[in-house]
Amino acid sequence: MIGVIDCGVGNLSSVKNALDFIGAESIIIKDPNLVKSVDKLLLPGVGSFKVAMDSLTAEGFVSEIKNFADTGKYILGICLGMQLLAETGYESGITKGLGLIKGKVELFKSISLRIPHMGWNGIKLNNEHPILNNVKLKADFYFVHSYFFNTSSVNNILTYTDYGSEFPSIVCNDRKNVIGIQFHPEKSQKQGIKILQNFLSL
Amino acid sequence: MLKKRLIPTLLLRNSRMVKGVNFDNYRDTGDPIFASKVYNSQYVDELVFIDIDATNESRLTNKEIIKSVSKECFMPLTIGGGVNSVGVIRDLLLVGADKVMINSAAYNDENLIKKSSEIFGSQCIVIGVDVRFEKDEYVLYKNSGKIKLKTKLTDHLKRMEELGAGEFFINNITNDGVMKGYDLNLINIVTSNTNVPVIASGGAGNFKHLVDAYKSTNVSGLAMASIFHFGDNNPIRARFHLKNNKVNIKEV
Repeated sequence: MIGVIDCGVGNLSSVKNALDFIGAESIIIKDPNLVKSVDKLLLPGVGSFKVAMDSLTAEGFVSEIKNFADTGKYILGICLGMQLLAETGYESGITKGLGLIKGKVELFKSISLRIPHMGWNGIKLNNEHPILNNVKLKADFYFVHSYFFNTSSVNNILTYTDYGSEFPSIVCNDRKNVIGIQFHPEKSQKQGIKILQNFLSL
Repeated sequence: MLKKRLIPTLLLRNSRMVKGVNFDNYRDTGDPIFASKVYNSQYVDELVFIDIDATNESRLTNKEIIKSVSKECFMPLTIGGGVNSVGVIRDLLLVGADKVMINSAAYNDENLIKKSSEIFGSQCIVIGVDVRFEKDEYVLYKNSGKIKLKTKLTDHLKRMEELGAGEFFINNITNDGVMKGYDLNLINIVTSNTNVPVIASGGAGNFKHLVDAYKSTNVSGLAMASIFHFGDNNPIRARFHLKNNKVNIKEV
């Protein structure tokens, strides 16, 4: 059973549709007490780092998610959900993140880039992880974001993506059970769906 | 590197798909749900649905269409037509839209752009901009090309970006449905006056038109309808043609 955390921002129907499509059993979790009852956690989300983090804190999700990660069970963060795994976010002020993966979330800076980074872009492998089993690495994936996960901890970076310069597009923690994906696998057609199937099989 | 996008547009009237010329003389072009599934199997990059009547009645129909499409088409879906309140946006996102396109309401209620981009994020607020070239300048139109506006195009773009617009979807009504090519001059004016992604619509009749637009402008994506409705062109062939002409296009 995959628990999809509803942190009050963004839209869960895309993720839920994709999980239904691959035959994954999932529930939307609004009550933090239910976190410990599922096998895997999915943290989706679009919107602002601060709003989402404030909401997770107010609802009492933060310690539940951290405890879940400590048990070694798998967590997947998508887009904003990936960014929330970082230690700090710099969107609308400085906000403490979940701190499950070393890094901070910063705005794309180059003035020559169109922001948001919106559309299909490639990935370049840095470290292997079963989340990428049989995924065509040459394929493109759907991104939409203005902030990116910045980390100097190279071991935690699974893939890079090039937008002006390279930024980490898939990250994981040292124990490899917490994974964050900047693009939207649930919106990335066949290869994206493959990633969700891999998460299901972990 | 970020790829250039190919975005079929599905115009909706009642629960059917239609296509016209210069925003008029609409012809039935089939069932939008079936068409979406075909486009999905052809790996297009996004789908845009625009309800050209946007009555309350047809908006309900649109919800069913988006709901059904979003269950099997795993790519970004944008819906426009009659989007005029935070409540409408929330409803459309909840049934499976990823972005909404706001056109007339952007002139009527600036606060809607600010509010909705704050609540849902700029990434899901697309501003639809319809223009005609008259005398020596581009003139803005709202209500599906029926009402002429005094606002200057570049002022409108700047204002919308300030308020939180995440993308522009521009269309020259004079070129729409004519299949003689995109208005490259318009695209260049828009892309040089905004820092958010720009999608251009109106005029694609053959693959050379797509190549021309990608080679001579900084457009982020091209939207098209007639080219796939009338004739034997399809997105797979378009993709091959673009690739052969060295346009950076999605790998599947």
